Amino acid sequence: MQSKNEKEKEQLLRMSGVNPLKCMRCGKCSATCPSYDEMEYHPHQFVYMVENGDIETLMKSPSVYKCLSCFACVDRCPRGVEPAKLIEAVRLLAVRQKGNNHLKSDDIPELLDSELPQQAIVSALRKYSK
Amino acid sequence: MQRIGVFVCHCGTNIAGTVDVAAVAEALGHEPGVVVSRDYQYMCSQAGQNMIAEEIKNNRLTGIVVCSCSPRMHEATFRKTAASAGINPYMVEIANIREQCSWVHKDMAVGTEKAIILARAAVAKVNLNAPLTPGETPVTKRALVIGGGIAGIQTALDIADAGFPVDIVEQKPTIGGKMAQLDKTFPTLDCAACILTPKMVDVAQNDKIRIFSYSEVTGVKGFVGNFDVTIKRKARYVKEDICTGCGLCTEKCPQKKIPNEFNLGMDNRHAIYIPFAQAVPKVATIDPEHCMMLKTGKCGVCSKVCGAGAIDYKAKDEYVEEKYGAIVVATGFNPISMDKFDEFAYSQSKDVVTSLELERLMNAAGPTGGTLLRPSDGEHPHTIVFVQCVGSRCTACADKGKEYCSKICCMYTAKHAMLIRDKYPDTEVYVFYIDVRTPGKNFDEFYRRAVEEYGVHYIKGMVGKVTPEGGKLKVQGSDLIYGKQLHIDADMVVLAAAIEPDKSARHLATMLTASMDTNDFFTEAHPKLRPVESPTAGVFLSGTCQGPKDIPETVSQAGAAASKVIGLLCKDKLTGNPCVAHPDELMCNGCSTCANVCPYGAITYIDKEFRMPDRTTKTRRVASVNEAVCQGCGACTVACMSGAMDLRGFSNKQIMAEVDAICK
Amino acid sequence: MQVTEYKPLIVAFCCNWCSYAGADLAGNNRLSYPADVKIIRVPCSCRVNPMFILRAFQRGADGVILCGCHPGDCHYTTGNYYTRRRMALLFSMLDYLGIERERTRVEWVSAAEGAKFAATMNDFVKTVAALGENKRLEDIRCKK
Repeated sequence: MQSKNEKEKEQLLRMSGVNPLKCMRCGKCSATCPSYDEMEYHPHQFVYMVENGDIETLMKSPSVYKCLSCFACVDRCPRGVEPAKLIEAVRLLAVRQKGNNHLKSDDIPELLDSELPQQAIVSALRKYSK
Repeated sequence: MQRIGVFVCHCGTNIAGTVDVAAVAEALGHEPGVVVSRDYQYMCSQAGQNMIAEEIKNNRLTGIVVCSCSPRMHEATFRKTAASAGINPYMVEIANIREQCSWVHKDMAVGTEKAIILARAAVAKVNLNAPLTPGETPVTKRALVIGGGIAGIQTALDIADAGFPVDIVEQKPTIGGKMAQLDKTFPTLDCAACILTPKMVDVAQNDKIRIFSYSEVTGVKGFVGNFDVTIKRKARYVKEDICTGCGLCTEKCPQKKIPNEFNLGMDNRHAIYIPFAQAVPKVATIDPEHCMMLKTGKCGVCSKVCGAGAIDYKAKDEYVEEKYGAIVVATGFNPISMDKFDEFAYSQSKDVVTSLELERLMNAAGPTGGTLLRPSDGEHPHTIVFVQCVGSRCTACADKGKEYCSKICCMYTAKHAMLIRDKYPDTEVYVFYIDVRTPGKNFDEFYRRAVEEYGVHYIKGMVGKVTPEGGKLKVQGSDLIYGKQLHIDADMVVLAAAIEPDKSARHLATMLTASMDTNDFFTEAHPKLRPVESPTAGVFLSGTCQGPKDIPETVSQAGAAASKVIGLLCKDKLTGNPCVAHPDELMCNGCSTCANVCPYGAITYIDKEFRMPDRTTKTRRVASVNEAVCQGCGACTVACMSGAMDLRGFSNKQIMAEVDAICK
Repeated sequence: MQVTEYKPLIVAFCCNWCSYAGADLAGNNRLSYPADVKIIRVPCSCRVNPMFILRAFQRGADGVILCGCHPGDCHYTTGNYYTRRRMALLFSMLDYLGIERERTRVEWVSAAEGAKFAATMNDFVKTVAALGENKRLEDIRCKK
């Protein structure tokens, strides 16, 4: 029997198309991340945690919503690991669970900031809609 | 019909213990073509060999089968015996009834039965054997070394030392290569010029060595021992034999704003130039792209000042044809272009330099006279950030980086960091590393010294972004052990750029029919056991053209390549392996399939006239195998669709006969 | 009545540089394998013409195994890669003709792998023996 962790990991990898084993742990993703200081877990840790099947912790962490989806890590990763896609997949996985919406649409106007990249709002706003 | 003798060896009890040798000899006596069949205690002993030789003479045998140990053991012995008795050594076949029969089976009946079958297969094969004579080709006792860096220099010196003439072809105006541009060398920190330039002088003074500088190989024909090479000597507009290298012209030339390649464009040179003071040959060269005289016909200053009268504006490219017995490829490397790495701001700031540029900035003969100064404003840098693995170990994007480890960067970065801390203790040095790879004699000690004695800050992590801002370089990087993102205000950033084979290598490999890997490094004939030979016979590899390596490794490989060349040139004639492919020209339809699968480029096509049944002649394109180059793998024999290609010694019919004998 | 144990007839093609030496090493170490295996030495696994294999099956072989150097270690640089591709095609065709996939095999055995050679042969003979007697290919050109 597959453990829940294994199942979630497999689903995550399928959704994102990312192979965390390609990572050579250089840390360039974390070096390039503009939200690094906001995060509890950093992009290189994301990849490592997914590799080790520690998905639950990631899904609970507010760090996934600190990712701006700027894709700098995807652009600069020398091994083509694409950490941002992994983070996006974690967000999707969270949203698929009932009651796990990160934002309510009513909260948004307050959060809006002209400096904020639109992609970041879109990334965080997705909600459970069944 | 052959007259075959079968000789069954007891090998003491090694064979006789499990195989009834007398029964084998008896059974084989009835095989077609067998006229004599005997067994003996030790076939490989002198007495055994004498017995074989006598039987050959007495029975006028044309072929023999020895049922004994593995052919890898005594095939050569029995071939000699056969030759001494007057039959062709390739009329000998061995049935391996020891390693592959008596030693692996325990039952006498089973062992005997299998031994008989193996011997039958060997008899069936000998029945179809034909006498083979190894081809002989003469050897031109002269070697060509392509590339005049430290690899080429060392190879040429070693070959010349053994007494053979060598020519070096170098595309730049001087030999010396990358090593001439280096400041110090790891791990001993001796100055590169101090150890390289005496070798360059040795090359110049060695009467066995000719240097074709500012030249390229444009054509290679022939094969091992007999290469015909065309060398293009590019017009340098200065007569090499007359120029004294005084350098007066290079001072007086009015065109003086041309980026100096030797200093990687960090200072300027004139249109007529000598790359550096210790250049060999020390001869000026006119850069035709910038010389006003060559472009517009108005100037001629260099010609006026040249006391020797060496300037020749009318010079043309010359082509030299020369014969060689062996070719050594030593085309070397270049750092990859940094254009695609926008995140490090290489093209935005002059203060972001590659490691090779830093070598020049620290070299006493470099653009700053050996004082490390920021290229942008000439100020002394107080904070320097080194970034390792820039473009190395990069699989994300093929046109950006290289998937391999460039091997030398860890060590030269440690060297740079150490030298800077030694000379300028007030300068803080940070090195961002992914892994520090220091396998080599005294290498790890060297790296540790940089950390422990010189206080270089090694940070496990990578730089993500460099932003030029207010005269500083804002470096954003990660410290994975600390778990922090770092922001460093640096004065200079040094990128340890990956290295790649010289661009000329691919074209050269095509000319030489030498194979390359996907990264354009030359492949060796065997990755472990034949590391300095190319799979193409007579072509040898020296230095970084085969893979990233440092100077000590390059020099040892250069010496190894030289010794292989010497071994080849020592021979007056090359004796080939007679078991080579040969086409049946009447069946060959000239489709080129065999040439495409041949790993050695041994197959070419010739137009040949054939007499037709109606007495006309017809010209057809047919395959032709160069027996000196063919190694006898047999790939072509299977690929041949018309069944024209066959392998001597292992012909289709022979192997079929073996299959038939076994499946009877 | 005496029941004779079924003995398959196995033809093994071994490349001169790796597998043949591996077979010799198996002998040196006295690692036994069934006598049903008969080895034919070829310079390289890529010398093995599919015709040889078809011929073996015509003449009553029960299994054919091809041994070559490990990928990347070929004495002739790329010979074993040719073998791999050619045999993939041939074996699938033989399968189609009714000669089971298990009766044909390509195996990489280096000169140091005497134990692997013996183990491979033991396994192969066992597999083929379990399949029983083989169909015999016929050359219809010979039937007028």
